[in-house]
Amino acid sequence: MSALFPAHLDLEEEEDLEVFSKKTSLTDGGPNSPSSMMNQYRLEAEEEEEEKEEKELFVTVDHPESHVTAIETFITYRVLTKTTRSDFDCSEFEVRRRYQDFLWLRSRLEENHPTLIVHPLPEKFVMKGMVERFNEDFIETRRRALQRFLSKISEHPLLSCSPHLKIFLTTQDLQSHKKQAPGFLTRVGETVRAVAHSVRGVRSRPEEFTLMQEYVEQFSSKISSVDKVTQRIIREQREYVDEMKQYSPPYSQWGGMEEALQLPLQEVAGCVQRCSTETQLQLQHLSTVLLPALHEYMLCADTLKAVMRRRDNIQAEYEARREAMEKRGDQEGEEVQALQEKVEVCNSSLQVDWSRWRSSMRTDLKTALLSTAESNLQHYEKCLAVWETFLLSQREEGSEQKEEEAP
Amino acid sequence: MMADSGSNEEVAVIGNTDITSTESESNIINTMVERETALLRKMEINVAEAEKRTGKNTVNMQETYTVYLIEIRKAHKQSQRPAETVPGVGAPAAPDTLWRRYSDFELLRTFLLVTYPYIIIPPLPEKRAEFQWHKLSADNLDPDFVERRRVGLENFLLRVASHPVLSNDKIFFFFLTEEKGWREAVLETGFQDKADSRLKSLSAMFRVKNPDKRFTAMKQYSDELNTVISQLLRVRARVADRLYGVYKVHGNYGRVFSEWSAIEKEMGDGLQSAGHHMDTYAASIDDILEEEEHYADQLKEYLFYTDAVRSVCKKHDLIQYELEMAAQDLVSKKQQREELATGTVRVFSLKGMTSKLFGTESQEQRESRLAALEQSIQEGEEALKEKNTECQEFVQMAWEDIERFKEQKDKDLREALISYAIMQISMCKKGIQVWSNAKECFNKM
Repeated sequence: MSALFPAHLDLEEEEDLEVFSKKTSLTDGGPNSPSSMMNQYRLEAEEEEEEKEEKELFVTVDHPESHVTAIETFITYRVLTKTTRSDFDCSEFEVRRRYQDFLWLRSRLEENHPTLIVHPLPEKFVMKGMVERFNEDFIETRRRALQRFLSKISEHPLLSCSPHLKIFLTTQDLQSHKKQAPGFLTRVGETVRAVAHSVRGVRSRPEEFTLMQEYVEQFSSKISSVDKVTQRIIREQREYVDEMKQYSPPYSQWGGMEEALQLPLQEVAGCVQRCSTETQLQLQHLSTVLLPALHEYMLCADTLKAVMRRRDNIQAEYEARREAMEKRGDQEGEEVQALQEKVEVCNSSLQVDWSRWRSSMRTDLKTALLSTAESNLQHYEKCLAVWETFLLSQREEGSEQKEEEAP
Repeated sequence: MMADSGSNEEVAVIGNTDITSTESESNIINTMVERETALLRKMEINVAEAEKRTGKNTVNMQETYTVYLIEIRKAHKQSQRPAETVPGVGAPAAPDTLWRRYSDFELLRTFLLVTYPYIIIPPLPEKRAEFQWHKLSADNLDPDFVERRRVGLENFLLRVASHPVLSNDKIFFFFLTEEKGWREAVLETGFQDKADSRLKSLSAMFRVKNPDKRFTAMKQYSDELNTVISQLLRVRARVADRLYGVYKVHGNYGRVFSEWSAIEKEMGDGLQSAGHHMDTYAASIDDILEEEEHYADQLKEYLFYTDAVRSVCKKHDLIQYELEMAAQDLVSKKQQREELATGTVRVFSLKGMTSKLFGTESQEQRESRLAALEQSIQEGEEALKEKNTECQEFVQMAWEDIERFKEQKDKDLREALISYAIMQISMCKKGIQVWSNAKECFNKM
């Protein structure tokens, strides 16, 4: 048993625990059985495709603030909720949340919906480079990602109904509520069982999930490549901008030395400077729009892998139980039947959520790429206008001069 | 072709920015050579080709060098283009050709420098590649470098041929017409002797008492111009380097989008075709930067011109100095005469001192000395007059050429800046094309 207990498991980090309990039902608080809930979900997901429903839940994350205590320093964000839903007491809520709170919410959601695709959170901290946690850019990037996370959750047909989400959005004192989570030892036991099953492996995975797995592997690698290329472009562009800044002054300086050439040289200096500014804007767009979107989907790929593992584990557990039962010669007991139903529900919910995710991914990445193309297009159009203005002024001067020279 | 950017703010698009025919011609030829000299009325000059040769050099070692083909054609009047042949008459006559190597050009230029010290002699293209951004080869035998040098050499010949003074030079004429025996002819002129004195003028440290303000200002200007153009070329090369990096990395998108498209259904086509446009984008930088090299070459020509200007100013300093020396020499001799005649010693002289120490000389001795001095003074006055004339003529001719040079410089550099703007516009238009196409592809995703 102890050999199966992974030494690296850090029980402090909630996001590392793949916790699921067979006792917890798939949806908490719903009186309906899992399968009918599933049908409802399928229906709603389809409806979402057909009609653009008005958002009932609208969440924003802003106003980062720094908090200093004796033990630590951390950032909190204002989470503002506007809603028309009847299950909310008011139509507007305002709370302050820190990153840990978001982690809590996500792990609760994953726990209760092990085979739904829960949008990832931004990473705990940036690995490469010495980026301070309190650096302005870092905070802004994180704020946006947190906003994305909550938007995705509140748009999700099932996850948006989660009581944990409601607590997160409405409760002023979240800390005391967090302590009500299932006990430590229970979670350890469940984890051990989970690992045991995953080691055993799945006997007969349905074809569609094998295909899904393959796709996820490849998607993860491709999106990671696109991310790397984009990072390199940003690096190169940054160096280009730095050199451009040094390119305008010599023209200016030269202009100061000349008479007839003074004006054209000063104008060229101006053109170069304006183009340099435009390039900086273009760079900023890459960093704030394209790169975060790609990064987000890199994290999604990891989430998908985890979801697939959990689905496999659920199936493995069922198969193990059934085998054990068959060996004993028992008739199919209630327990095994429940597990079988669980497998079916998990598979269907994953299928539906999968196509929802695919569609959403396509929209998000298409938007990000379109936006980048547009930004690059505008950059060139602005630079074009800058140089065309110069050219026109020179041609006008040229024709004026010719008029002067005419007898 | 302007893509619809979809923004509310109208980006000003001004008129026709396509290159006019004169501008396109000036892009090909480095210089606007308009001045018609007697020489250019007679002949058209081209440096048509470059070829590699191997041979033994002066120390009997094998070396590879490049030779350039100079073509001389009978000049056509404006209305007669070579393409418009009169029906019934055969094809236009073949040009006279000869081969020259770079060292021949160098010899020609040195000859001109020495023979016309008051003229700003056009520079040769650089011997070794400098100010290169790193992707360009610094190898002298690299075909692109050879090609740019060919253009530079043609430019040099056209500059000389269109110069009011230089175009009439016989040695220059022979350079264009006599392949064999030209080197001997140059050496026979004995310009080597003058070459030594020229070197002296360039390197000597002497102070002129009454410098001509115009020349001082000109020398200072040319030094400053040299500094600023050097800096500009250095930065430009670095900017080109970085721009190259940006474009080329986009090429990776091509490969990655293609791989990604293979696993996608609805997104596949859009991604794949967008990837192709990224490849196009990455490839486009090579031509863009190659064109910019022409601009750099135009700036380099004027960078090298500053050396020629400086050398004219230095020569003037030398002549001025020699003039001052001659004048000073005459003054001192006259004073000596005065002393000798009146017997007073005002100016320290060895003769005067020795006569004091060893007794005064005889009347005979004094008279002979006086006669010698008179002679010397007469010669000195002749020399001074000559030097004065030389100086005045030099100043006049030099200043005339300086004015001509200034006008030429203003015109050429303005054209260069315009052609640079045209290059930037072309680059922007290509960028607009690529990203419009990419946008369309992404839309299909």
